[in-house]
Amino acid sequence: MIELTDLRKVYGDDTVLRDVSLRIERGGVTSIIGPNGAGKSTMLTIIGRLLKADGGRVTVDDLDTERTPGREMAKRLSILRQENRFTTRLTVRDLVRFGRYPHSQGRLTAEDHRHVEAALGFLDLEPLADRFLDELSGGQRQRAYVAMVLCQDTDYVLLDEPLNNLDMKHAVAMMRQIRSAADTLGKSVVIVIHDINFASAYSDRIVAMRDGRVVHTGTPEEIMTPEVLKEVFDLDVRIEEVGGTRVGVYYR
Amino acid sequence: MALDERSTGPVEASADPAARPEGTPVPARRGPRSLPPWARITLLAVLAAGFAAAYLTYDVTGNVAYVIERRSTVVLTMVVVAFAGAVSTVLFHTVTDNRILTPSIMGMEALFTLVQTSLVFVFGIAGLNMFPPAVEFLAQTALMLLFAVLLFQRLFTGGIGSLHLTLLVGIVFGVLFGSLSQLMRRLLTPDEFTALQSRLFARLTRADPELLPWVAAAVVLVAVYVWRMHRVMDVVALGRESAVNLGVDHRRVALQTLMIVALLTAASTALVGPMTFFGFMAATLAYQLAGSHEHRHVMPVAFLIGMCALVGGQFFLEHLLGHAGTLSVVIEFTGGALFLYFLLRKAAR
Amino acid sequence: MATTLSRPEPGDRTRSPGLRAALPLAAAFAAVLALSVLSLFVGASDISVQRLLEDPEAREIFLLSRVPRTLALVLAGAAMSVAGLIMQMLTQNRFVEPSTAGTAESAALGILLVTLFFPGAPLTVKITAACVAALLGTGLFLGILQRIALKSSLIVPLVGIMLGAVIGAVTTFIALRFDLLQSLGVWQSGDFSGIMRGRYEQLWLVGLLAVTAYLIADRLTVAGLGRDIAVNVGLDHRTVMAVGVGIVAVISGVTVVVVGMLPFLGLVVPNLVSMTVGDHVRRGVPWVCLLGSGVLVLCDIVSRVIRMPFEIPVGSVLGVVGAAVFLYMLLRRNAHGAR
Repeated sequence: MIELTDLRKVYGDDTVLRDVSLRIERGGVTSIIGPNGAGKSTMLTIIGRLLKADGGRVTVDDLDTERTPGREMAKRLSILRQENRFTTRLTVRDLVRFGRYPHSQGRLTAEDHRHVEAALGFLDLEPLADRFLDELSGGQRQRAYVAMVLCQDTDYVLLDEPLNNLDMKHAVAMMRQIRSAADTLGKSVVIVIHDINFASAYSDRIVAMRDGRVVHTGTPEEIMTPEVLKEVFDLDVRIEEVGGTRVGVYYR
Repeated sequence: MALDERSTGPVEASADPAARPEGTPVPARRGPRSLPPWARITLLAVLAAGFAAAYLTYDVTGNVAYVIERRSTVVLTMVVVAFAGAVSTVLFHTVTDNRILTPSIMGMEALFTLVQTSLVFVFGIAGLNMFPPAVEFLAQTALMLLFAVLLFQRLFTGGIGSLHLTLLVGIVFGVLFGSLSQLMRRLLTPDEFTALQSRLFARLTRADPELLPWVAAAVVLVAVYVWRMHRVMDVVALGRESAVNLGVDHRRVALQTLMIVALLTAASTALVGPMTFFGFMAATLAYQLAGSHEHRHVMPVAFLIGMCALVGGQFFLEHLLGHAGTLSVVIEFTGGALFLYFLLRKAAR
Repeated sequence: MATTLSRPEPGDRTRSPGLRAALPLAAAFAAVLALSVLSLFVGASDISVQRLLEDPEAREIFLLSRVPRTLALVLAGAAMSVAGLIMQMLTQNRFVEPSTAGTAESAALGILLVTLFFPGAPLTVKITAACVAALLGTGLFLGILQRIALKSSLIVPLVGIMLGAVIGAVTTFIALRFDLLQSLGVWQSGDFSGIMRGRYEQLWLVGLLAVTAYLIADRLTVAGLGRDIAVNVGLDHRTVMAVGVGIVAVISGVTVVVVGMLPFLGLVVPNLVSMTVGDHVRRGVPWVCLLGSGVLVLCDIVSRVIRMPFEIPVGSVLGVVGAAVFLYMLLRRNAHGAR
């Protein structure tokens, strides 16, 4: 379980997170939604210890993320930001191997290699495994990074806008892979996502944020109502039921 | 405007020329991977050793023992300088997630210049030889380290944005030191000016033999330490966020590395004077020639390329062309030209 | 929408706000004037108003060296500050100016090469060479910027300073090789002590260019919003870039030849103005000119007084003062959180 207590983040005069307290249960897919500037990514980044909070604390399975040694945390929780820049020309397999670093500090065992191949297979990256990252398309590169994070074999996986820059086909493929990482690998996946309908179709829980606060949490059924969405996005959304999934229509 | 950029905000997706839509044919993997990295290292080592042997033994006349001893000192100096320049630049590039900056522009060489100028300014020409070389070296290195600690400790508090700030502040401090030196230099007598000038230009062949063992010992210690962290550096090269995600204490490692960089730069500068673009040249060529991204390959290759450039260059210039003292000029010129070429040809990522 | 361009200045609608804006400007003008007068009467040989009236020889010295020197300071100060402002607009970066973009270093290389190959070349040729070199150097810098993927606001000046260091290294080693190091030192460090009648008049051209900046101010403002927006509102972005870079190159080239490099002036002055007046070039240029002149005149007075009777090159004083202010700006920015 990930637990946030009175989490606060301030940039200059801007308070981005206002004493957020939240529990994210173990297992399944949790989506964080909300308008721009709601503090979604900031919160995820703090949980992933890429950013320091100005107040409050985060625990993952009762371990304080700031006090626990980085190497220990890296075995329990992994995070992937939207766009990753790199200076070295690495192959996909090289990159995925780094996911084993928390476990073996760079000296890969036979078991590590099994994990690497499994992660490559899980994301259908075998044909690309020996290609350089800078020769790949954006979607392929995104998959390579997800493979690295999965290869890290942590209980919790945080993904910041994993659908960014993906077209429809690849967005669906990515969400399916996220779903199956939760179902077949037993991961707890937390994603920040803009498309409420993807969130509705693929998550077990939705956390809705606005103005640095968590305003609602619940199942997709509970969140996908005109009233809640109006409160979160300040927008009239019609809810339709399509094939058992609630879909918000807000285009006009 | 650009000032309001928030370093922790979402990074703008840069238009990557290499990104192409799915399904477009991708050219086959570039670069000859046929030669494994260890073979390349061996090859370079043989080449460097060959240059060293050629330099030592070419046309030895007169007092053989003296000539060999003098030349050995030069070669040993070059080993130290090559290691310090090349390895510090590679480490610096990795930690700063950037391949165009060099540690030497960060105010440390300017600090060296300032110290030397102050000595002459206050004590006259005698100031240059006032202290035993070892004492002066230790004091000078300690001062540069102190500068680095203050600079990095105070500023380096977060992401890559604050790292860039640290670099810029370092450079501006360099300009400040430079202006102060310039101010003092204007007030020197011509004799003092000339004496100082000769101290401030790189003097690869005239390193102080008394100083050399000290610097060499320090560099060997650093080398052992650096070797032990090569795997961490591989992870750091992925960028701060990936490194933190993989459990590396990025802040600590970065601070440590920058301290090492400071130490190596200080050692090299105190020994032979400022060499701004030598490290850049060795590191940049190493990325092309190592055939691997791993630091256990890149660092030795960079060092050996540096060796070949220094010893080989000295061999050609001194023995075949008869210009003993101009190597640093040639190296700086070549390094600077390479830098420009590299900036123009490749995106500075 | 072309509101940025066609909307009239707020001051046009009612007279009084324009007048209110003019008042502080007038006060600043008076302050610079006072500093200039002070500058006229500071120096090695003692010249007072009374002596000027009585002694024709003193009057001659006064007109031959003191007046030109102060005029040169005012002109160069204003022009270098405007050059910095233009570069900051064109690169959309606060930390760019001729000495953090390789411009000034290129100009010095240009003069060095001319001196090397045509030692007897007249001043006009040297100035032309410096301007051409400054133009090439700035073009190189902009070319490099275009190829850099990540334009973080700090990486841009870092690249520029590196470029300047490369060009500087090349220049220094050529100078060392041909024994021109002393002459190089003269161009590299701004110094007004040699200014007298007949040796500063080129700076009028530079002052004229600073005024030109006022004429194309709106275009520069729009260019400062970025290429996309500029093209969107129908601005010929390429031409504005070319004109802007041309102005900067000529200002830098002439200044380096006549008085030497004046580091950081173009960085510090526009930033101080931007903090109070904002980034509208038309409103900013008068302030930038006045403040630039004032700062340079003041630094020159300091450089004359600090070690009487010796003079210290004002470039060195500027280097120390400018670097200190620049550091303050950087650290203040840091204190405001991760901005």
